[in-house]
Amino acid sequence: MTEQQLRSAAVSAVEQALALGATGAECTIASGSEFSVTVRLGEVEKLKEADSCGAGLRVLLGQRQGSSYTSDLSAEGIRQMVTSAIEIARITEADPYAGLPEADELGQLTQDLGLASELTLSTAEKIDWAKRAEKAALSADARLTNSDGASFDSHTGVRVFANSRGFAGSYHSTYCSLSAVPVAKSDERMERDYWFSIGRDHTRLESPEQIGRRAAERVLRRLGARKIATQTATVVFEPRTARSLVGHVFAAVTGDAIYRKSSFLLDKIGQVVASPAVTIVDDPTLPGLFGSAPFDDEGVPGRRNLIIQNGVLQTYLLHTYTARKLGRKTTGNASRGLTGSPGTGHGNLYLEAGALPPEELLREVGNGLYVTELIGQGVNTVNGDYSRGASGIWIENGELTYPVTEVTVAGNLSEMLKNVLFIGNDLEFLGSTAAPTLAIGGMTVSGVQ
Amino acid sequence: MSLSSSFFGSKFGITERDLDRYLAEALGRGADYADLYFEYLATSSISLDESIVKSATQGVSLGVGVRVIAGERTGYAYSDDLSPEKILKAAATAACIADSPAKVDTVSLTPARQHDLYPVLRAPIDQPLEERVQFVKRTDAAARAADARVIQVQSTYADSLRHVLVATSDGKLSFDRQPMARLNVSVLARQGEGTPQQGYGGGGGRVGLDYFTGASAPEAYAREAVRLAIVQLDATEAPAGESVVVLGPGWPGVLLHEAVGHGLEADFNRKGTSVFSGRVGQKVASELCTVIDDGTIDSRRGSLNVDDEANPTRQNVLIENGILRGYLTDELSARLTGGRSTGSGRRENYQHIPMPRMTNTFMLSGASTPEEIIRSVKKGIYCANFGGGQVDITNGNFVFSASESYLIEDGKLTRPVRGATLIGNGPEAMQYISMVGNDLKLDQGVGICGKDGQSVPVGVGIPTVRIDKMTVGGTARA
Repeated sequence: MTEQQLRSAAVSAVEQALALGATGAECTIASGSEFSVTVRLGEVEKLKEADSCGAGLRVLLGQRQGSSYTSDLSAEGIRQMVTSAIEIARITEADPYAGLPEADELGQLTQDLGLASELTLSTAEKIDWAKRAEKAALSADARLTNSDGASFDSHTGVRVFANSRGFAGSYHSTYCSLSAVPVAKSDERMERDYWFSIGRDHTRLESPEQIGRRAAERVLRRLGARKIATQTATVVFEPRTARSLVGHVFAAVTGDAIYRKSSFLLDKIGQVVASPAVTIVDDPTLPGLFGSAPFDDEGVPGRRNLIIQNGVLQTYLLHTYTARKLGRKTTGNASRGLTGSPGTGHGNLYLEAGALPPEELLREVGNGLYVTELIGQGVNTVNGDYSRGASGIWIENGELTYPVTEVTVAGNLSEMLKNVLFIGNDLEFLGSTAAPTLAIGGMTVSGVQ
Repeated sequence: MSLSSSFFGSKFGITERDLDRYLAEALGRGADYADLYFEYLATSSISLDESIVKSATQGVSLGVGVRVIAGERTGYAYSDDLSPEKILKAAATAACIADSPAKVDTVSLTPARQHDLYPVLRAPIDQPLEERVQFVKRTDAAARAADARVIQVQSTYADSLRHVLVATSDGKLSFDRQPMARLNVSVLARQGEGTPQQGYGGGGGRVGLDYFTGASAPEAYAREAVRLAIVQLDATEAPAGESVVVLGPGWPGVLLHEAVGHGLEADFNRKGTSVFSGRVGQKVASELCTVIDDGTIDSRRGSLNVDDEANPTRQNVLIENGILRGYLTDELSARLTGGRSTGSGRRENYQHIPMPRMTNTFMLSGASTPEEIIRSVKKGIYCANFGGGQVDITNGNFVFSASESYLIEDGKLTRPVRGATLIGNGPEAMQYISMVGNDLKLDQGVGICGKDGQSVPVGVGIPTVRIDKMTVGGTARA
C-alpha cells in the first residue's frame, strides 16, 4: 500500500470508530520491509526478506478506553479492528485522566530530520559486505578460530498516525547495520564478542574491514580472563555499557513510574540527584539519529527535554495520560507499539560528553575495573538496587592490563549517579540511547572470596 | 484431523494441492528441504492499575512463513496475506538463497504424530470478557486486603489462542491449537516514609478459565506478591563475594535454563561456539544432577503437542547423573549432524526462522530433605525466588537475579536480604551442586525465554539444591 493509502486507512479507522459511538480515537499503522543476511565462515547461512504491516486502534468511550490491532489492512480487516476495540472498551472502567492530547498540543516538526535515505546496495553487495567483515575479523589473529557469523540487516518503513482531533501524519525511515561476531580460543577457553555499525544508509557505516577488526580486538582482549577478589572499586563503563545506565535513569523519570511511586527519583525535581558533571538530555529533534521523529505516538511534536542538568533533576518525561495524572503538560514522550495504550518512550537519550579523552580518564582513575560487558537484569529502578554480571579489563596505574571475567558490579543507582567521578569526551550514537565513558567510584565488585 | 476440517482448511480454504504447490515453488531452485508455517494468533489482555480497569486490548495477526534449506543455508520469507500469489512470491524469495544442485521431490503429506496435552474445550479467549475481567479485580482486592502497607497494585490478565499448520517437503503435516492464559500481579508496599519495595505473583499455562478458580485463584497470586514485597521491607544488603548458595524449589530452576539449557541448544554446538560443544558423554555436572527438557507435560506453559517444524515434542534427557547425554535439536541441526530432531524447533511467530529451544527444563529430585540441606550450611544464602537470567554460551558465564533471599547462619534462615545477581560458569557451577532435595517443583507458568530476538514461553523447575560455591553480587562485605 502507498503512504497515502495507509493514511486513508488510518483516518477511516478513526471515522468508523466515531460512527460506532467512540468519543475519541487514534490509529497507528506501521508498514515495512526487512532484509537480513548472515554469513558464517565465508558462506551465506541465512537470508530473510519480507514485507509486513499492522494497524492498532485506541478508542475512548467517554472516560473508558480499549484498543485493538490487526495485521489485515483490508477494508474488512480495519472494520473488524474497529468493532473489536469498541467491544473491549466496554469492559474497562472510567478513568478520569484518560484522553487524547488537546488539539493545540498536536503537531509535527517541519525540519528535515534525515530519517530516510536511499538503500541502494544490492543483495549481492550486502552479502559481500558481511563476508568482508567476517574475513577481516577472522584474519586478524590465529586465535580467532571460529565465528558466530557476520550480518547485514536493512529496514525501510513508514509509520502513520491519525486521531479524532484532526491529526494525520506519516514519516518514512530507513536503516542498515553491519555486525561481526568472531569467536576466539586459547587454553581451551572460548570467548566471543562483536562490533557493529548502523546508519540511515550504507554510506554512513564503518567499513566492513574496520568492523571486523574492531570485533576481533574486542574478543582477543577477553582471552585469558581471570576472576578478581571481592572489593570496593572505581568502575569505568565503556560507552557500550555506560548507555544502559542512562536507560535506568530514563525508567525512573517516566511519568508512569512517578505517579505509581515506583521510582528512586520520586519527588526529586529541583534536587541534586547526580554529580554536578552529569547532564542527561532527551532530544528527538536531532537530524539523522535513531531516536528522532517528527511527532510522538500521540501526535505531539517532539522537543528537547533536559532531564538532569549539572546534577539537578529538571523534569519527568510525560505523555498525555501521565501529564494529567501529575498535573503537568505532556513532554512529547508518548510511545506505543501497535497494541495497547501509550507508554513513555524517548528520542535520543544521552548523557552529555565531558572533556576527557578515554585514555586520560583511565589515567585519572588509576586503578579500577573497566567494564566492557554487562549481563542480567539485576536493576531495580524502584529502590535503586543495582547488581549485574560483568566482564572487562582491570585498570592499573591508568593502563588497561588483564581481562576480568565472572564478577558482578553492584551499588545503588542513587549513589552511583552522585559518584560519577569522570566523564569521557567519546559520546557516539549507535542507537537511541548513548553515553560516553563513565567512571563511577565506590562500587562493590564481587569476585572470589 | 484432516486438512479440510482443520482451522486453515475450513476457515481459509487451504487444500493439500495448495500446500504441494507452495512447497514445489519453494524447492524450485534446488534444495534439500522446505516447510510452510501458517499461523493465526488472537490475543487479548486486560490491565488494572489503581483499582481501575484502565485498559484492555484484543487483536489478531495472520501469516505464513516459508523456509528453504540447502546444506547449511536457509532462505526465509513470509507474508501476512494468505493469497496464493503472495505465498508463491514468498516461496520464490526463500528459494533464491538455496539455489543448489540438490533436488528433492515433495513427499505426499501425512498428518504428523502429535500429543494432546491441552485439550481445553473452550479457550479462555473464547469466553465472555466479563468473566475474564473479574480476575484482575479480584487480584487487586485481595492484594489490598492482605496488608495495609500495600500502596500500589497492578494486575494484567492476558490470553491467546494460536492456530498453527505446518507442512514439510518430507511429507509431515501438523495442526495445532495452542491456548495460553496468564495472570500477573505486581504490588508496591511501603513502611511509613521508607523506600517502597516490589513484589510479584502470577501464573498460568495452556489452560482453561477454570484454572484460575481453584488453587491458582487470583487471591493466591495476590497474597504471594504482597508477601514478597513485605519481606523486602525488612531486607538488608545482600552479601558480596563467594558463598554457599541454596536454591529453593520451583522458579529457581532458571539456574538450569541459563547454566546448561542454552548451552545445549544444538545450533551453538553444531557450530562449536558453546562451552558444551563436543562434550556429549563427558561429566559436566555433579553426579546428583539429572536435567530434563520435557515438552510433553500436560497444560504447561512450555509444552507443545508438536513443535513448530511438525515434529512431536519429547522428554529429552540432557544430563543424566552428571553426564551430558545430548543436545536439543531442530530440523536443521538434526539434518546437519545426522541425528533426529528432538522436537525442539520453535519460533516466536511466522515472521521468524525456527531454532532449537527449550520447553520445560527441570532437574529430577534427589534424596535430601530441604531441611537437611539448609541445616548443612554454616554460612550462606538461601534464594527462594528469582527474576530473570542471562548466559554467554561461549564462555559459559551466566547470571540470575534473586528477588527473595535470606541469610543462612548456623543452619537456619535468619534474615531477608535485598535483591542481588548471582554469577557463575555453567559447567563449573553444576559440579558444585552437592545436595539435591526430594522436593522437585515446577514454576507457576510465567516464563519467557529470549534468544536471537525471538521470545517463546517456557517453564523451569528444580528441587532444593545446595551449590557449594557461587559469586553473590551484593554490596555487604563480610
